[in-house]
Amino acid sequence: MSGWIAIVTGLLVGAAVYELLGRSLVRLAVGVVLLGHVSNLVLFAAEGVTRGGPPIVPIGRTMPPAAVADPLPQALILTAIVINFGLTAFMLVLAHRTHQAVGTDDLDRMRASDG
Amino acid sequence: LILPLVLPAVTAALLLVTAKSRRLQQLLATGGATALLLVSVALLVSVRRKGIVAAQMGAWPAPFGITLVADLFSAVMVLLSAILALAVVVYSFASIDERRQRARYYALVFVLWMGVDGAFLAGDIFNLYVWFEVMLISSFVLVALGGERLQLEGAVKYVAINVLASALLLIAIGLLYARAGTLNMADLAVKLDSAQNGGGSAALVALFLIAFGIKAAVFPLFSWLPASYPHPPAAVTALFSGLLTKVGVYAIFRLFTLVFVGWMGSFRWILLLLAAATMVTGVLGALAQSELRRLLSFHIVSQIGYPLMGLALFTRSALAGAIFFLVHVVLAKAALILVGGVTERIAGTDALARLGGFAQKEPTLAGLFLVPALALAGLPPLSGFFGKLALIRAGLAERQFAIVAVALGVSVLTLFSMVKIWTKAFWAPSSPGDRRVLSKRDRATLLLPIGSLAALTVLLGLWAGSGLALANDAAGQLLERSHYVREVLK
Repeated sequence: MSGWIAIVTGLLVGAAVYELLGRSLVRLAVGVVLLGHVSNLVLFAAEGVTRGGPPIVPIGRTMPPAAVADPLPQALILTAIVINFGLTAFMLVLAHRTHQAVGTDDLDRMRASDG
Repeated sequence: LILPLVLPAVTAALLLVTAKSRRLQQLLATGGATALLLVSVALLVSVRRKGIVAAQMGAWPAPFGITLVADLFSAVMVLLSAILALAVVVYSFASIDERRQRARYYALVFVLWMGVDGAFLAGDIFNLYVWFEVMLISSFVLVALGGERLQLEGAVKYVAINVLASALLLIAIGLLYARAGTLNMADLAVKLDSAQNGGGSAALVALFLIAFGIKAAVFPLFSWLPASYPHPPAAVTALFSGLLTKVGVYAIFRLFTLVFVGWMGSFRWILLLLAAATMVTGVLGALAQSELRRLLSFHIVSQIGYPLMGLALFTRSALAGAIFFLVHVVLAKAALILVGGVTERIAGTDALARLGGFAQKEPTLAGLFLVPALALAGLPPLSGFFGKLALIRAGLAERQFAIVAVALGVSVLTLFSMVKIWTKAFWAPSSPGDRRVLSKRDRATLLLPIGSLAALTVLLGLWAGSGLALANDAAGQLLERSHYVREVLK
């Protein structure tokens, strides 16, 4: 399972970099979204993937049974997803407003703010 | 310990619901900022007296729960951000236009402030990331607020690079967790020390350095800064220059003095190289500029190199010099940018060629420019001199002559570019073009915060002895990790 996640992550990184290197604003946004997924997957795979072992302590015991999934990365991912969602929404609105104000979505033509 | 986080949250919430009345907004913002300043002073005093303070949220014991920690370094940074934010809030009353104020500008400032304080006080790396995001999202809005063309172009670059850095940071955190099984920084320090991990960790450390390096605008990852900082209103630029990049620097310091100490040996020359390159490219970029605010933006980059140099030298006196220098540069740089905002407001432009005559017409303003400018260049008896002196003496003690030479050379070039601003904008005969006249009231609200910041740089220079002693204690705490670990994990 971890192997598959590694392969998918690798593919996603490739796609994200490809999109980020594009010149259009929308592709920039897509690349950032993909990279967000990559970081979630990395967090997910961090503690090894365990199937069918919910980290629940049975009634009457103080320790969960052996071989449960680590709940911490999942909590981290949940936080990261929320943050990424907000960032994506903001990026899309910013891209839209920039397109309106500048009249192009080509990043190469946005040179006025550089030195 | 949680007051520096709760207060801005409450103030921001109140500001959100009272957006209708401008008077009420200004009153609330001043009140909230003053209260926060007092809380920050109290925090510094108590940390100074009692040593490192840690608080466990929800009473979960340390490596499992969320921890807030304040050592002297964080307390100093919290106080510094409070001073700066109060100055900027007051300055904003007269300089931020009606439309932006109505768009809940003040609430955004307080959310940003909360994120900054949270990052300084966070006790584990994931929380550090979350506070970074809080800070970034409000800075995104602040940088784009107003929607002028240049501002939006700069904002796109700023947002894209910072989101990229955040994703890298998150990946690095995931890998670190896979390696160590914990994210609490004190716990990490213990675990990474006991297990001498080889191999993959160097890449991990590098990933953290890149992620925070982007946020701190370290060479070669700085070009987003001069593209985005000059375009928002001067108050926003001053706030960003004082807070955002410095939080990046703070994070690099925290990681390398607490978690990755074992890697300091192999990363030392990289840090030295980065410090030197950051100083030189920043100052050379500044020399080539002909617009006041862009010039100052390049100086922000250049000044990041000095604290990095202190970290790379990694002795107690070098770290003390770096901390002292951080305090100095935040105050002096913010004052300069705010002065730039006033000249731009009067002349309607920030192109140096079209400024001029300010020394005659605005002698107070000229004086307020001169003090932080000379402090930045490092002339005695102002604050910058002592910061640089401490760093350079530490460099000589460590026999790193190359970096010392670079630091001195960059100082001279800094002085040169400050002189350039002075001659063109202040001494040169006033150039044609209509000047706007400031009302008496506006003038007072604009000059008061600049004056206080400039006065602080002078005071910091006059009482450099006690300032350096405080910085020295803070550096001692950074190097003496066992106290930090004990306070957090007890």
